[in-house]
Amino acid sequence: MRNAFCSAMVRLGGERDILFLTGDLGFMALEPLQQALGPRFINAGVAEQNMISVAAGAASQGEQAWAYSIAPFVYGRPFEQIRNDVCLHDFDVKLVGNGGGYGYGVMGATHHAIEDYGVMCALQNMRVLVPAFADDLAPVVARMADDPHPAYLRLGRCELPKGWALPDYAPWRCLLSGQAGVLVAIGPGAGGVLAAAAELDEAARPEIWVVSELPLVEDSMPPALLARIAAGPGLFVLEEHVAQGGLGQMLALALLRMGVRPARFGHFHAHGYLSGSYGSQAFHRAENGIDPARVLAEIDRGVNA
Amino acid sequence: MPLSPNAAAAPDGRGSNRADPNRARARLLRMHYEARVGHIGGNLSALDAMLHLHGAVLDERDLFVLSKGHSAGALYIALWAAGTIDEDELTRFHRDGTTLAGHPVAGWHRRIVFATGSLGHGAGLAAGAALARRLRGEPGDVYCLMSDGECEEGSVWEALIFARHNRLANLVLLIDANGLQGFGGTDEVASLEPLGARISGFGLDVIEIDGHDPTALDAALARRGDGPLVVVLRTVKGRGVSFMEGRMEWHYLPLDEAQYRRALDELGQG
Repeated sequence: MRNAFCSAMVRLGGERDILFLTGDLGFMALEPLQQALGPRFINAGVAEQNMISVAAGAASQGEQAWAYSIAPFVYGRPFEQIRNDVCLHDFDVKLVGNGGGYGYGVMGATHHAIEDYGVMCALQNMRVLVPAFADDLAPVVARMADDPHPAYLRLGRCELPKGWALPDYAPWRCLLSGQAGVLVAIGPGAGGVLAAAAELDEAARPEIWVVSELPLVEDSMPPALLARIAAGPGLFVLEEHVAQGGLGQMLALALLRMGVRPARFGHFHAHGYLSGSYGSQAFHRAENGIDPARVLAEIDRGVNA
Repeated sequence: MPLSPNAAAAPDGRGSNRADPNRARARLLRMHYEARVGHIGGNLSALDAMLHLHGAVLDERDLFVLSKGHSAGALYIALWAAGTIDEDELTRFHRDGTTLAGHPVAGWHRRIVFATGSLGHGAGLAAGAALARRLRGEPGDVYCLMSDGECEEGSVWEALIFARHNRLANLVLLIDANGLQGFGGTDEVASLEPLGARISGFGLDVIEIDGHDPTALDAALARRGDGPLVVVLRTVKGRGVSFMEGRMEWHYLPLDEAQYRRALDELGQG
């Protein structure tokens, strides 16, 4: 997604003035943006707290400031700067975190981001965007740029099955029909489960939806989705994020408020580091039960229980 | 031009000059006495510089960032002296429903752009504002007032590196070096002295002055180079009130009536 993000930002930089700050990251990815923005592309160095304060200070003067790093370094290290300097003032600052979830794999736990959007959604004025596919980046970046408020963008690696006809971007999209309940996924992990589910008969697979914007806006949840949840055999949520503050909790609360009651509720989410061993993103997904095979097997078991 | 046409002489309705240092001190003490709150010592150490900045230095295009947000009272008094906060507003300091909180909140006064109070944020905010102004070709300088204890925050040094590297010549960082912090002297807790030399070691232009002398401040601010300027204000915590001067407890304590009356007498404002 980094290349798609870079292309979208180059396009944005050609349309309006933006200030782009990086925490010394972007090698072999952001050079086209660096070239396009000239003095408006600033390597702020390995100093993320200052980078966020600088972004907020620039935004106070009318700039739209984007701040980029590996995900935990952009939402975790400078948390207070995000809370105080950006969100308290509702400044037009965009945070971009690369490697959401277990995206950095065997690079180790310090580089993972499995509580990022829960933390960000706890802050006032903050919106979170979690594109599932590389093709989402152009519309997602445009939506962020058009909304002069704080936002956090979680990037990952696109896993869209080859040749898949993706519907136009929307905060909620139905990607695959199915009869075995409803699966709501967030982030690139939707791609893998999509590919695996497509191999199953419609009667044996869940209807798959992907959501890309948080916190959830209840008024804009698709009526067709709500109807399917209410009438179907179960609702399941898949996310590469811990349960606390995650999509599962947000969706359950939204449905409770709306009086929509699924027959059963299953939640596939990150737990952390269960074995104390480390590996690829696929390794951690499997260990946490959020890999496509396990998710679909558990849904089958739950629906047919 | 100054923020108000004759800011240094804004009247208080009784014919005296609000910007007179002792008059301003007395009003600051009254504000804290009536609200029964502390943080007086650091307000008094920073008051002279803030009075001068807001009364005679800053113009309409300049931006001021109070990074040592616990000196909010001195900021309110400086703005009152400059004629942009009225007497009625001061009476709501620290009350329910106020905008004059114990640490600045943003959005109600054009001179208070940022909510501050957690230390180590102001320098980065000011650097970002200065950078944006340069990119946009906009005039005006950005002034940020920090404390010496605040310089123990790593983010301050991140900001110094950034400001120096990007040669933000429209940025002035002032440090109220009163030598006392929350639970001890700065030399006892985490000494950064010689503070000016350490900052100049980062490549910034540094001037150390008597922080209670407006003439010295004017001279320091006139020495602008091609990068940010740092002015270390050597000050006295509790300045102007004998029993507060140099005493750590006045970081916290409110005044009782006898102390308040005695302080006013010392200031010739009884």
